[in-house]
Amino acid sequence: MSVKRDTVISPERQSYLKQMKKRRQNIALGRILILIGIIVGWEAAADLGIIDPFITSQPSKILTTIVDLHNDGQLYNHIWATVAETMVGFIVGTALGTLMAIGLWWSDYACKILDPYLVVLNSLPKPALGPILIVWLGNGKPAIIAMALLISLIVTIITVLNGFLEVDKNKIKLLQTFGAVKGQILTKVILPASVPTIISALKINVGLSWVGVIMGEFLVSKEGLGYLIIYGSQVFELDLVMSSVIILAIVAAIMYQAVSYLETRFMQYKD
Amino acid sequence: MSQIMVHVDRIGLTYQTAEGETDAIRDISMDIYEKDFVGIVGPSGCGKSTLLSIIAGLIKPTRGIVIVDGQPVDGPSNKIGYMLQEDYLFEWRSIWQNVLLGLEIQNKVNESTKSHVEQLLKNYGLYDFRHHYPHQLSGGMRQRAALIRTLALNPEILLLDEPFSALDYQTRLAVSEEVAAIIKQEGKTAVLVTHDISEAISMSDRIYVLSQRPAIVKNIYDIQLSCQDKTPLNARKCPEFREYFNSIWKELDIHVG
Repeated sequence: MSVKRDTVISPERQSYLKQMKKRRQNIALGRILILIGIIVGWEAAADLGIIDPFITSQPSKILTTIVDLHNDGQLYNHIWATVAETMVGFIVGTALGTLMAIGLWWSDYACKILDPYLVVLNSLPKPALGPILIVWLGNGKPAIIAMALLISLIVTIITVLNGFLEVDKNKIKLLQTFGAVKGQILTKVILPASVPTIISALKINVGLSWVGVIMGEFLVSKEGLGYLIIYGSQVFELDLVMSSVIILAIVAAIMYQAVSYLETRFMQYKD
Repeated sequence: MSQIMVHVDRIGLTYQTAEGETDAIRDISMDIYEKDFVGIVGPSGCGKSTLLSIIAGLIKPTRGIVIVDGQPVDGPSNKIGYMLQEDYLFEWRSIWQNVLLGLEIQNKVNESTKSHVEQLLKNYGLYDFRHHYPHQLSGGMRQRAALIRTLALNPEILLLDEPFSALDYQTRLAVSEEVAAIIKQEGKTAVLVTHDISEAISMSDRIYVLSQRPAIVKNIYDIQLSCQDKTPLNARKCPEFREYFNSIWKELDIHVG
């Protein structure tokens, strides 16, 4: 079971550790080189006139744009607007989806009756509902959040419900031998056994909510990173578009990492 | 003989499914006395586990009645503890939280039940592991933890549904030995369902042999071994062991292919 602790390090072990260290360094180096290659290549190609920076932008201009946005302070308003919408979208999407999955698990009838509706809603490309949302909810944040919700909700219901239904029947039988009622089966087995499923739904939903929010901002908003991108393209300021995309990529990656961290925190009993 | 703990009176079970009716159990009657260790063997799919579920009150029989300790069975009762084919310890709970599960479900976690469980853990060598998680324990220890989880509710009758089938052969022998000792020490009545004839002979005082589905009781064997110390391992060395084995084997009429 246990790995031998290194009180005395054998030469074989030493060379193995050295090799592993070298491998890790090479991987890190490779990653950095690619990034530098892209930046330098892009900058040089633009300077040398191989590509037209008017339509491709270039790293130095992107940096200036970001610094400008930072200086007049509106950068953070835009980032915050988008992040807040996304967070509301995926938290509400996950919570509501889980609640609905609980409802469908509880009532086998409801599950069977609603099944075809779930299938249709799941296959429908949600952005098609964008215009309807604008008509119903107006030209603002509610429509954007609704879009993010719509995209993640159905997937959550389906994923989490499948998780519930995959819980070992014998674990349920075990509780029944103790005389457990349905509510106890839910709280003692179904929910705790589905924590990994719910967290993986959370991870999927982070990505989907970004799609929904950016989609929504393209359609209606007056602020946010999606708005900056669409505005930049309309006034043909590709520096602004590229800057916004890069910031978006960084913020989205940070949020994904945060959810992954949550996952390791919750899965501690597995180590 | 002592008092009858479980009286199974002419029960039968017919399943209804979309495809049709299935006769699972035709007619089974049995009497299980206090502190008896009864084995039930039968060909696979003959309804052995179903029979246990009926005794436990998890399934209602179509015909007949089960009386446990003078009371007709109607739903799960505290007099009966059920052990499933695997330990089914919850991996997100520590051993301590796992063995308290049954008490928790019945809202019976208090100082006296907790100290009872602590004593069980101490008696059976799991006290030092109470803060461990199931995956950190060996198969045998997990099985013991599962048994303690059942004993925590202080049942008078233990229903064992092939409780060792998930273990490898070596562990299986060791664990069946342990479990038999614990059941004897705690003075419980036990019903063991198994498809392993040797296991049934080595652990039981009496064996019911069931027929193919729809099940009836084909024969009953009172196991009397001449060995001194009748633990499951020693029992296998008795001269009578082979005789019982052969006649039960013939009775089961197992054909391969």
